Amino acid sequence: MNEAPIIIGAGPAGIRAAQTLVKYGVRPIILDEGIRWGGQIYRQQPENFKRTNEQLYGFDAKKSEELSTAFARLIDKADYRPESLVWNIEQTRLDIFHSGRSTTLNWKSLIVASGATDRILPFPGWTLPGIFAMGATQVALKYQACAIGEKVILAGTGPLLYLVAYQYVKAGANVLAVLDTAHLSDQIKALPGLMNQPKQLARGMYYVGWLMTKGIKVRRGIRIVRAEGQHRLCALVIQNERGDQETLECDAVGVGYALRSETQIADMLGCEFKFDSLQRAHIPVKDVAGRSSLKGVYLAGDGAGIMGADAAELSGERSALALLIDQGVCHDISKSTLSRIKQIERGLQRIGRFRVGLETAFPCPNDWIQKMSGDTIVCRCEEITFGEIRDAISESDIREVNRLKAFSRVGMGRCQGRMCGQSAAEILAHFSKQALSEVGRLRGQPPLKPVPAHVLAEAWVPTLKGTE
Amino acid sequence: MSHLNDPQAAERPQFRRLQEKNRLVINFFIDGQACQALLGDTVLTAVLTCQGAIRKTEFSGQKRAGFCLMGACQDCWTQLESGERLRACSTMIEQGMHIVTNLGDGDKYE
Repeated sequence: MNEAPIIIGAGPAGIRAAQTLVKYGVRPIILDEGIRWGGQIYRQQPENFKRTNEQLYGFDAKKSEELSTAFARLIDKADYRPESLVWNIEQTRLDIFHSGRSTTLNWKSLIVASGATDRILPFPGWTLPGIFAMGATQVALKYQACAIGEKVILAGTGPLLYLVAYQYVKAGANVLAVLDTAHLSDQIKALPGLMNQPKQLARGMYYVGWLMTKGIKVRRGIRIVRAEGQHRLCALVIQNERGDQETLECDAVGVGYALRSETQIADMLGCEFKFDSLQRAHIPVKDVAGRSSLKGVYLAGDGAGIMGADAAELSGERSALALLIDQGVCHDISKSTLSRIKQIERGLQRIGRFRVGLETAFPCPNDWIQKMSGDTIVCRCEEITFGEIRDAISESDIREVNRLKAFSRVGMGRCQGRMCGQSAAEILAHFSKQALSEVGRLRGQPPLKPVPAHVLAEAWVPTLKGTE
Repeated sequence: MSHLNDPQAAERPQFRRLQEKNRLVINFFIDGQACQALLGDTVLTAVLTCQGAIRKTEFSGQKRAGFCLMGACQDCWTQLESGERLRACSTMIEQGMHIVTNLGDGDKYE
């Protein structure tokens, strides 16, 4: 292979992909935004922290150690570049921002393992200091040994809700309540699907049981009405199980509705996308091996559809094997490689069925738009309100989400719609009376994340046609 | 509503340290005030263990304290006295940093 394959992301998918390439004598370049490898799920604490793996990762301590061992073995056989942000990517080249400077790499093959962030829905007051995403709530503890506040409420839905509550209480945080928008009946209905991963199911049930024995209020079937406070959060108003409003005093709320894929890199590359009704989002198309619609581009882990950390490890390995086979590095695939490929694909299928169960158990609320007040901020970056978006849609008869972005600026801020894109699409679908699949998806733009203007200026060397 | 209208409330720390409290102390400044953090804190942790917010938005001047803590939401961009901008959740605190969190009240655009 003349050009080293580039892996974007050093979470569980990126690490297993790198390990697989190294095993076959290929030296990959690993680009990761993080200071240390591990992604978000196995994010490592700073080096001078002393907590054990058991304290940090609980039941996943062993998995984190296995990944750590795998990474330690491959590190000198790979070109690992931490704190390296891919801020631009095109056919054959990408631009990396690292320690104040931008450099360009050419690529022939890429494994994109860009991970996920929280799926967020807005509510009145959600921009107040004290309200954090669910992932952030966990990062504060895992990475910084802090709770997000003195009196914490965890709300939303998804398996992370219960895991974070468990981790917080265990670490000595004051968790006032765990508020799930899903109903117990959803969770019972989901049991057949969840039985595909009995260990994960047992863990989830253990967390809930454990919280209840500690006297933590676990409530289901609630809705967030609004957050109250002037310069910071002081209370969360909810609609309780009986449909009545309740005001809960608190100084911190962790909120999230499971996860959403970070797809900007696949988007900028020009990968084909399709709407996934389970994830209520457009997801880059890939085959069972992780091949995207573009030659030489492979997709692995949560960035190509939320499947969780275990699936990320499998899909990372699988995509690397596909790359090796496609590039002719594995000439004759050995019997053991073939059986490993079958084993991985079976594993991914099983997790896929479990995923359907999870979406049944923790459905993302679809009734939030009807109750939304016009002055609720949807876009945190530019403070675009629900009313402004609604009016833009009706005044200009908008039917496509990038047009909505142009007219209302929703999704045009620094986060590029990472926090508001899902809500904007759902608002548009609602008011234009279309299905969510029909309103399109926000397109990414370079820089994918903010970089200093002088970096852009230095990196931007225009090529005129005929001068190349 | 214990501190809805309490002007002091905004100055109380947001984050609460639970573990790893025996680390090297780092001296730094928030809006000119001497503050203390611990080695291994991000700028966001350093600031939010001292006060309630990291920045004001450019539009309404509302206070913000970050949101995603993983470099995705871009809601914790703040700056140093030198004018250099930094994303607080992904930058480590350093000895002697001068962080400015109270810049601007926004345009209050209507």
